[in-house]
Amino acid sequence: MMRLPLFDFRAPRTLEEAARILDGERANAMPLAGGTDLLPNMKRRQQVPRMLMSLSHIESLNRVMLNDSGLRLGACLILSEIAADPRFRNGFTALAQAASLVATPQIRNMATLGGNICLDTRCNYYDQSYEWRKSINFCLKKDGATCWVAPGSSKCMAVSSTDTGPALMALGARVRLVSRSGEREVLLSDLYNNDGIDYIKRKPDEILAEVLLDSLHGWKSTYWKLRRRGSFDFPVLSVAAAVRLSRNNTVEDARIIVGSAACRPLAATEAAKSLAGRSLDRQAIEEAATLAARIAKPLDNTDFDMTWRKRVTAEFVTYALRELRGDDVRAERESFTRYAFE
Amino acid sequence: MRKVRDSQTTRVDSPKANRNHLRVIGFPRRRVDARAKVTGQTRFADDIFLPRMAYCKLLRSPHPHARIRKIDTSRAAAHPGVYLVLTGKDVPIQYGILPVSQDEQALCVDHVRHVGDPVAAVIAREELTAFEALDLIDVDYEILTTISDPEEALATPEPRIHEYGEEGNIHKLVALEFGNVEQGFAEADEIFEDTFFFQGNTHLAIEQHASVAVKDPEGKLTIWSSTQTPHYLHRALAKVLEMPAAHIRVIATPNGGGFGGKSDPFNHEIVVAKAALVLDRPVKVCLTREEVFYCHRGRHPILMKFKTGVKKDGAITGMHLQTLIDGGAYGSYGVASTFYAGALQTTTYHVPRYRYQGCRAFTNKPPCGPKRGHGTPQPRFGQEVQLDKIAEKLKIDPADLRLRIVESPNTVTANFFRLGTVNLAECIRRIVKVSDWKEKFRKLPEGRGVGLACSAYLTGAGLPIYWNKMPHSGVQLKFDRSGGVSIFCGATEIGQGSDDVLAGIVAEVLGIDTFDIRLFTGDTDLGPVDLGSYSSRVTLMAGNAALQAAERGRAIIADAIAEKLDVPKERLCFAGKRVFDSAAPEEGVSFQEAVCIAEVRFGTIGTVGSYTPPKSPALYKGGGVGPSPTYSYSAAVVEVEVNPVTGWVTVPKIWIAHDIGRALNPTLARGQVEGSVYMGLGEALMEEQEFRRLPKKLSHALVHKFPSILEYKSPTSLDMPEVITELIEEPDPHGPFGAKEVGQGPLLPIMPAVANAVYDAVGVRIDEIPITPEKIMKALAEKKAGRDPRFGPSHFPHINWPEALRVPPPWEGGDGNAVNDVRRGKSRQEKEKVLAP
Repeated sequence: MMRLPLFDFRAPRTLEEAARILDGERANAMPLAGGTDLLPNMKRRQQVPRMLMSLSHIESLNRVMLNDSGLRLGACLILSEIAADPRFRNGFTALAQAASLVATPQIRNMATLGGNICLDTRCNYYDQSYEWRKSINFCLKKDGATCWVAPGSSKCMAVSSTDTGPALMALGARVRLVSRSGEREVLLSDLYNNDGIDYIKRKPDEILAEVLLDSLHGWKSTYWKLRRRGSFDFPVLSVAAAVRLSRNNTVEDARIIVGSAACRPLAATEAAKSLAGRSLDRQAIEEAATLAARIAKPLDNTDFDMTWRKRVTAEFVTYALRELRGDDVRAERESFTRYAFE
Repeated sequence: MRKVRDSQTTRVDSPKANRNHLRVIGFPRRRVDARAKVTGQTRFADDIFLPRMAYCKLLRSPHPHARIRKIDTSRAAAHPGVYLVLTGKDVPIQYGILPVSQDEQALCVDHVRHVGDPVAAVIAREELTAFEALDLIDVDYEILTTISDPEEALATPEPRIHEYGEEGNIHKLVALEFGNVEQGFAEADEIFEDTFFFQGNTHLAIEQHASVAVKDPEGKLTIWSSTQTPHYLHRALAKVLEMPAAHIRVIATPNGGGFGGKSDPFNHEIVVAKAALVLDRPVKVCLTREEVFYCHRGRHPILMKFKTGVKKDGAITGMHLQTLIDGGAYGSYGVASTFYAGALQTTTYHVPRYRYQGCRAFTNKPPCGPKRGHGTPQPRFGQEVQLDKIAEKLKIDPADLRLRIVESPNTVTANFFRLGTVNLAECIRRIVKVSDWKEKFRKLPEGRGVGLACSAYLTGAGLPIYWNKMPHSGVQLKFDRSGGVSIFCGATEIGQGSDDVLAGIVAEVLGIDTFDIRLFTGDTDLGPVDLGSYSSRVTLMAGNAALQAAERGRAIIADAIAEKLDVPKERLCFAGKRVFDSAAPEEGVSFQEAVCIAEVRFGTIGTVGSYTPPKSPALYKGGGVGPSPTYSYSAAVVEVEVNPVTGWVTVPKIWIAHDIGRALNPTLARGQVEGSVYMGLGEALMEEQEFRRLPKKLSHALVHKFPSILEYKSPTSLDMPEVITELIEEPDPHGPFGAKEVGQGPLLPIMPAVANAVYDAVGVRIDEIPITPEKIMKALAEKKAGRDPRFGPSHFPHINWPEALRVPPPWEGGDGNAVNDVRRGKSRQEKEKVLAP
């Protein structure tokens, strides 16, 4: 079997202690939450931190606080809890759906919200063993000089593969980052970078501690995920959408996020803007779907054919918006995901 | 949450399958190894830990094709914790599963042929140490031209991947003609020509290959290994290690799935054996999933062209099949696979004249070999999809068309395979009925459809892999004073239930419970040879051997008890753990007493049984591949839903009928059917052993696209549809209690049935496996544009075929020999060297 490299292990009990350790170790250490992505990556030698610092003994990272002004979620909440918690419905539905569609039940019982937000970008040329990568002389993202997806590119094209990231962006989430020198709050949409290597603006000494959501009263949201099978697979395309409708069912505000079509989740701003003041009729949905699909530029580095993934983008935006206006699209959802979210 | 769909199975007994006199056979039973498996107590090879055990890792070639100039292992050997470094010169003798393809070396000496080909081995105290030391081995390679597919192989005779074979990079060419096919086409009302492609895929057994070898206290070699074929591994080890076979013990541990992927002797097995002998320490290797993809031996990618002539009523007048087969880097079972691809076309429907031309090419990819259905699912896909097209053109319902042309039982086919019972028609009728076919076919709304397909498969290869006249399976029974019976047999439990078959048969004959039986299987020291768990042979062959041994034991005991009870022995009955007078059931003794009485009378009681298949009438060269004591038949209906915009396919339900002869343990038989359906669905919709060629200007690399269980897509339990299984039972005289195979046949109809259902749903033909949404979407676009609504290969390349061996079929007076075989003067033994499983 593949063996982990040797590493030092720390398990602080407070956020302050964790911040102190990271401050001392910087890039040599990596925070370990559920480990469902990091540990396999280490076996493949994609990441070889000298130290792993476990976050699972820090109680404050497991807290949920919900009140009228909004929601605060500890970064170490596990995905199966988020998926099952009835408080995460209505406005927050997209988050619960995204959490419930990550990987397998076993992995959702270990994997955390923060871990999924920070998930390493993925690529068919990168998520391979050390030996495999050696046989292509490695790639730009790790140990090599060429991006094999786009050999002319100076930028790494690895794909953002987080499910909860696009969902939370559609909900306008912010994240709280804590380091020894202080803490900061940033919009999640500002945390991501469109670069396969430098995909997240979390500094090595920062801990993503909390996800903050304003009250989503009046909002409805949904998350659609494309993957080959009814379980297990990372998204190869996703659409998260949230709308606030007026009393006469016109769109007051909307956010549409396209996931897994670039190095970061993409905000389909024009598509969302095009809906403003309109009711979600067939024409409005079609226009928004076309605009949203335009920004999706999938490449040949995930499962499925890239042109087909692009074609499905428009279809998924359509399903999402139809669902938000109240259509029954459960059959379509079950057909694509083998999963009926209730 | 998704609602749980129950998989129902329906058992229907034909009146012929009278079970009245049976107590064990035919009744659903918990398999004998169930408790060990569900409680985690089964000891797989990787569960074996021995004192002082060292770990082995293999350094594998990063290049698809290269010469090895030099290997320097000194840095690795000096690494702390490393015990031993081996290279090709330590184990240079060539081996291979087929006598005609002895083309592998445990560690490559001077030529690597695919990414993953092993070049050196490190044996160390820890697995991590061994892994780290791999990077300290310096190999100097001279890069050779990469050959990525069969057409490239045909166009690139040099450099040769192997120095043997037909010529250039063509490994094997086959040309056989049974009757005048051109005349058959001249008599046809319609002629159909279709080209199909079936992508390669792999077995994906959950257990990765693992082996532990040790020099035993006496100085002999013992190896535990997850192998389906301990006997063939035994022979390979004796050859490569240059040791007497009598000093080697191979123990096949229960396989966590095999499906054909553990049927070859493997380099890692030879390496740990050699290392254990050198170090005098136990040495273990457990492959990573990626390494299992490099062992491969899976489904050959096959490009094929079918030309079929039919009368207006559907009768086939002639068929011509050409195949171009991607063999990968080694021979493996490939010569057999090449013949198999042309073998079974004649066994389902009456084909009066038939020509087959097959070509297997070497490429720089892991070697292909036998996967469930070995060589036959690919042409079965083409044949059954083409029949669907023929039915549409002739305006005959596809089920009715097949019913008109099904082959008769006890026939000798055009290519001289002798069929046993044939209940294909009953399978079709049953499936039509239970699926409500007549109400669905061409009647469901747009986007939903049904498809039907059939198949046949052998119940055990009629000939062994190496030429010999000995039995294919042997069983020894030991009757103990305790009343317990021990079964000794080389048969290998790979999850298919072979242990349960042996226990069930012996228990039935002796009137005892399977729990009274102890099994010693898959161990070359303990049991007589069984050739292995491949070609669906174990139930019939080991089963018949067990039946014979048990009947001999019963006869000995009956002699003693007849004397004791003073009744004619014909009146004795063995049931309920008693031996008694059937005319006066209270007159009798317990089975344990019976054994003791017999032991007093005759001394220690032990019996043997063995099985040799009947002689095949296929005497022509190549006729060794395809004969079987009898064949199983299957028919399936698949229902699909296809999204007309995206081409997304889902399969809500599958109905399948299987002509099994008799289900010895219906629970296991149904499990095999459902498992086959599952695997077939994976092949139909998503599984691909796909490779990436990097841009040629920048790199010579040719790598497996994604050798992981995450990205090699195989269905999950959530993707499995509801399956309705119908077992059709008419006992076949060749099988023990009438049993035929069930391990492979039910996989075969699934792929073509899915393709035919997609056509029924949205009117596009996907003549290529797997059937993915992007292919459907492309075909839908063709349809919309008014072009041929099809996705699939458009041409079959030119190949210089040799002159066909002409074998007149039985109805033209043929005797099973070719009329133009220049080798006919040679000895039978030499001809038979091309035999195969």
